[in-house]
Amino acid sequence: MFADHTLPFIFVGLMGLAVLLYVILDGYDLGVGILLPLKNESHSDKMIASIGPFWDANETWLVLAIGVLFIAFPAAHSMVLKALYLPATFMLLGLILRGVAFDFRAKVKPARKGIWDKAFKFGSLLASFMQGYMLGMYIMGFEQSLQAMAFALLSGIGVTAAYCFIGACWLIMKTESDLQKRAVGWARKCVWVCFAGVLGVCIVNPLINELVWQRWTSLPSALFIWPIPFISLSLFALCHFVLNRLPLKDDAGCWLPFIIALLIFLSCYQGLAVSFFPYIVPGRMNILEAASAPESLRFILIGAVIVVPCILAYTVFSYRVFWGKVTELKYY
Amino acid sequence: MDDVLILSRLQFAANISFHILFPTITIALCWFLAYFKIRFDLSRDPVWMRIYRFWVKVFALSFALGVVSGITMSFQFGTNWPGYMEKVGNIAGPLLGYEVLTAFFLEATFLGIMLFGQGRVPNWVHTLATLIVALGTSLSAFWILALNSWMQTPAGFEMRDGIAHVTDWWAVIFNPSFPYRLAHMLLASMLTACFLVAGLSAYRLLRGDTKKAPRIALKTALFAAALVTPLQIFVGDLHGLNTLKHQPQKVAAMEGVWETERGAPLLLFAIPDETSRSNHFEIGIPKGASLILTHDADGEIQGLNDFIGEHPPVKPVFYGFRLMVGIGMLMLALAWLGSWQLWRHNTLSPLLLKATFAMTFSGWVATLAGWYVTEIGRQPYLVSGVLRTADAVTDVAPGNVLLTFCLYVSLYTVLLVVYIRTLLRLARKATEVEEINQKTDESTTNAPMAQGES
Ligand code: HDD
Ligand code: HEM
Ligand code: HEM
Repeated sequence: MFADHTLPFIFVGLMGLAVLLYVILDGYDLGVGILLPLKNESHSDKMIASIGPFWDANETWLVLAIGVLFIAFPAAHSMVLKALYLPATFMLLGLILRGVAFDFRAKVKPARKGIWDKAFKFGSLLASFMQGYMLGMYIMGFEQSLQAMAFALLSGIGVTAAYCFIGACWLIMKTESDLQKRAVGWARKCVWVCFAGVLGVCIVNPLINELVWQRWTSLPSALFIWPIPFISLSLFALCHFVLNRLPLKDDAGCWLPFIIALLIFLSCYQGLAVSFFPYIVPGRMNILEAASAPESLRFILIGAVIVVPCILAYTVFSYRVFWGKVTELKYY
Repeated sequence: MDDVLILSRLQFAANISFHILFPTITIALCWFLAYFKIRFDLSRDPVWMRIYRFWVKVFALSFALGVVSGITMSFQFGTNWPGYMEKVGNIAGPLLGYEVLTAFFLEATFLGIMLFGQGRVPNWVHTLATLIVALGTSLSAFWILALNSWMQTPAGFEMRDGIAHVTDWWAVIFNPSFPYRLAHMLLASMLTACFLVAGLSAYRLLRGDTKKAPRIALKTALFAAALVTPLQIFVGDLHGLNTLKHQPQKVAAMEGVWETERGAPLLLFAIPDETSRSNHFEIGIPKGASLILTHDADGEIQGLNDFIGEHPPVKPVFYGFRLMVGIGMLMLALAWLGSWQLWRHNTLSPLLLKATFAMTFSGWVATLAGWYVTEIGRQPYLVSGVLRTADAVTDVAPGNVLLTFCLYVSLYTVLLVVYIRTLLRLARKATEVEEINQKTDESTTNAPMAQGES
């Protein structure tokens, strides 16, 4: 069906899709977690209700991304995960904490609810920060130096801000009145930190990375790369403009910030992808070197071709079911 | 290197042991929920809806714990067992991949609709969502057990340059021990859920709950257990015969047989001693083991001494097996006695209620014991005859593994305690709700956001 050497590229595409969807989807629900107010129970209940039906499926994209890395690029899988052993573990601990806190908070004694709200917030923060940290380490090619650590820390803050930003935009779309106003305020603040983060990565990335520098400065790749920062820049400006005017009468345009956030995520992601392709571990291992046996890839491809469209279809179905403003979630 | 090996094994065992607790509940509990929901759809009797609503909360909580600990599992292979990936990644990868693609997304997406969708989708879609989630959890067991069974009895592959390459996927998936393992595990899950449902319902009755719901749940669960337990014992026996064929050293350890002998006794108790390579304080039924395993009182059973250096540690396998079978027998006794009483008198005696409550988590113990027998029984191999555990271990610094191990274990301990306490609390709360109140809360929710208590 496919030639052996095209298979790895198909799988890199699938993994890319999974990572992108993960970052957007779990991004907003981690963001909502970080923003959780500890002192306003009705707001925090609403916020949690807004992500209730989705968070589990959102996290599954991470499992798929790791799964594809495992299936298609086993050598890279162990290299990446060994290099990121501690941050990955902390991320997992964060994800565990928030995943269970979500359920426990509503079932334990009312007096204990506050503790689980804190666990939810802290777990979300830990997981987001560690994801950013890992992204930073990845960009730095897993270098064990002070600079690399510093960059990774900054990247951690950037990603956390980005998640808060998209989380706030999600809330603007899904909530009303007081909480919506609050969310607009959060979004206004986060969008700038997020912007600074993107700018930072744009500047540092070509400077430290020979290959990326070449891509940014030589034709024809530069033609594809240079528009990306400009598009992002205008998106940020647009977002700033929109956020300053929200909320409008009749809730017009409440979905705009979320769409813009989505596009910003998309363009940043594309920027990174264009910079590193075809490397799977920057500067160390490319896609073909890391790929596993063609007969295994072909076997799983059959499944993927049939199943992934179904997954997308029922994901859309589930978002349709829970369309519109959050209402009280009845637990059954 | 040794430190990392021990620590990695401990960490992996702690993680998967914690993980498996929740899938064993959710796999079968979801079928229970589907049953309750369908009964409601057919009869429109609100009592079924109340049972559904109580148990769906338990389900949601267990599911959440299963998911988060499962995500951890999917990282463990890369972080702690890189050698595993390199050698058999061509087989393990696609099987895990199919689990993610076919099972995880299915259950995770429809879970939202199952938990929160009633009222937003037509009733039949909600019932369908419940069925789909149940199907998803069982599918997930199918794929992961295909992989696990392949590690026990590998088939359908060839080694090229020290790396396993698949020659026949059908043979890989339906490897010799797979059907037995799948059946045994699904039934184990069924029993775990039966005793959880029966146990918590008994707890409610013991606390003076006079409503209909816990009685019906108790009856359903105990009748199901009365049917499933003998089936499990039968399947377990077949499973043992299959193991004898493919992994005789494991069976020798399970039975504590050192010398190859004819007419080996079935040991009820003994203390196996690996230094003297013999048992102390044996109590056994003469010729029992030969009879059960070869269906011939004088059948020959290979002893551990035929496999020196190639057999697993004997004690954990030997005791683990007895623990599992022992609990199986207790379950049989309780389920039959209880069903008989329920059938004759429509209630359980206080003593039996207490016994049922005491057995609430017995399924967990038996399941873990069974897995330990299976997994430890495969040592020193990770993939029988293909890859030794020691060759697959990571080279992450031992200090790091120790740190993460301690963190995981402390977190898991806390979560386990909170989980059990929360279940008991849910049961107590449900006891306090009055029957009449419950009728009215059909239309209005009584609890803040997200969760209703009934
Ligand atoms: C897909 C593979 C797979 C699956 C489904 C399981 N295991 Fe496993 N198990 C392994 C793959 C594995 C392994 C990677 O092969 C290990 C790691 C170290 C080892 O010795 O084997 C292992 C070891 C291992 C050990 C330590 C044995 C020893 O080191 O002596 C225990 C106690 C368990 N497992 C328990 C379980 C439980 C409770 C499971 C229930 C879900 C389970 N395993 C499923
Ligand atoms: C050995 C390795 C295992 C790995 C790597 C693993 C991985 C995972 C992952 C990643 C999830 C979360 C999926 C989601 O996001 O919904 C999960 C959940 C689940 N796993 Fe496992 N798992 C393992 C063992 C098992 C075994 C042996 C069984 C059953 C026999 C099992 C049954 C399930 C089920 C039913 C769920 C979903 C429902 C729940 O959370 O309770 N897993 N597992
Ligand atoms: C009472 C009679 C039982 C017998 C004769 C029996 C037999 C066995 C045998 C021989 C194995 C090891 C298979 C191998 O790895 O080669 C096994 C594993 C296992 N048992 Fe049992 N068993 C019994 C009851 C139970 C009960 C009551 C439960 C749980 C509720 C249970 C849960 C398990 C599990 C989870 C495993 C590991 C997974 C597997 O290999 O399928 N067993 N059993």
